[in-house]
Amino acid sequence: MGWRVARIGDKEMSGANEGAELRLVTPGEAIGASSGARAGTGTLIMGDKLIATRVGWAKENNGVTSVDPIHAAYMPRSGDLVIGVVESVRNNLWFADVNGPFNGLLPMSLAPWKVEFGAAREQMDIGDVMLARVQEVDEAHNIVLTMKGVGLRRLKEGIMSEISMNHISRLRGDADSTLRQLKEASDCRIIVAENGRVWVDGETDGIAFMRTVLDLVRNEGHMATFNASLEALIENRRNA
Amino acid sequence: MGGYGDVKLLREDGLRLDGRKVDEMREVEIEAGILPAADGSAWVKHGLNVAVCAVYGPMEAHPRKIQRQDRAVIDVRYNMAPFSTSDRIRPGYNRRSREISKVTAEALESVVLVERFPRSKIRVEIEILAAEAGTRCVGITAAAVALADAGIPMRDMIVGVASGKIEDTVVLDLDKAEDNYGQADLPMGILPTTGEIAFLQMDGDLSVDEYNTCMEYNLKAAREIHELMVDALKRRYMEKNGGEA
Repeated sequence: MGWRVARIGDKEMSGANEGAELRLVTPGEAIGASSGARAGTGTLIMGDKLIATRVGWAKENNGVTSVDPIHAAYMPRSGDLVIGVVESVRNNLWFADVNGPFNGLLPMSLAPWKVEFGAAREQMDIGDVMLARVQEVDEAHNIVLTMKGVGLRRLKEGIMSEISMNHISRLRGDADSTLRQLKEASDCRIIVAENGRVWVDGETDGIAFMRTVLDLVRNEGHMATFNASLEALIENRRNA
Repeated sequence: MGGYGDVKLLREDGLRLDGRKVDEMREVEIEAGILPAADGSAWVKHGLNVAVCAVYGPMEAHPRKIQRQDRAVIDVRYNMAPFSTSDRIRPGYNRRSREISKVTAEALESVVLVERFPRSKIRVEIEILAAEAGTRCVGITAAAVALADAGIPMRDMIVGVASGKIEDTVVLDLDKAEDNYGQADLPMGILPTTGEIAFLQMDGDLSVDEYNTCMEYNLKAAREIHELMVDALKRRYMEKNGGEA
């Protein structure tokens, strides 16, 4: 076939839609000439054209043309901070659902506890939630998780919620500014994992406030008015 | 399908029984993202045909024997609702739905970048709610919109269209009477931006000239439907974005 797959571009996939040059594109739509252009994520070089492969916002950054997908499944990369839910337990390893196409494997050697062979369930059972990091992803999408690292642990309290992948950067804001504001306004501990899961723990009213914020992200995360709505919500909370 | 000599499918004025010209398509309406539980979904009304498609995945392929180490498999389930035709259809898989599921999956595999998702499965569920000839084409169109809505990377959005022959005349987009009593039917899956054909079946006989006319009609119709598909996807997100691009 006369086409080649685009190079995987920057890891940073800002879902924000600020800027005048953004335009909504659909799969197969030409977004430029292939000569001289560098194909980023969500694009493909076909003949003399650069085409979009997903529905999303086309943008150009430092000569790399890419498409920020509006919908995308979580594709784990090594180093990602993820929140996983234990799906099955073997004698010396756990399988966790990490919101991706494949379960992550957490071997005993990468767990933070010293556990006897066959006693894995005593530390973490099916349905338990963990904060882990992706140690390794091979070309066949086998995912190895690790819980050895600062802050990585089993999450015993609080709530867990899911947001769409492209809304993560909107919830975090530039250099985590929005997230800091939310932490301060809700007085909660908040973790926004790379796999679209959010963990919140604190007082009941803070958690309730964060539930409203997450609903707003889910329903209005795409809108240009999102930041204003969020500001208003935070302001209301501060004045309450 | 040799045709039925005594059935009149063209009027005296050269138009078809429903008043369409020979190269005129039935009315098409498309909506994207209609099912909240699915990763991607679409609703397509093509004449009296109504199809709903839901896409789930990519997910781990089960049973493991269907897994491919280098690419994803596309699992299509085409199903006609029991109430979709005038005679009740017995629910469940049958020979026809199995065939259509298979050819649809093969057509979709040629546009989806399956090599990006090794060992995975992408589930495509096509449900025909009302049928009036050409449901496999409507199913393919719905599947393409639903796949795009689910964020599955694709080279292009495949469009299903059909043309055929009635009373020795080539016509675009056969309706039920034309399909049942006509002489030939040529459904295709077309990649509208490149004009490539990912799926083609032929029922009946066509001469080379007739075949070329069918191709011409199908390509033209595919571009028109493609515009509606793009519009449906963009409308969904423009609305979400408060009307701003």
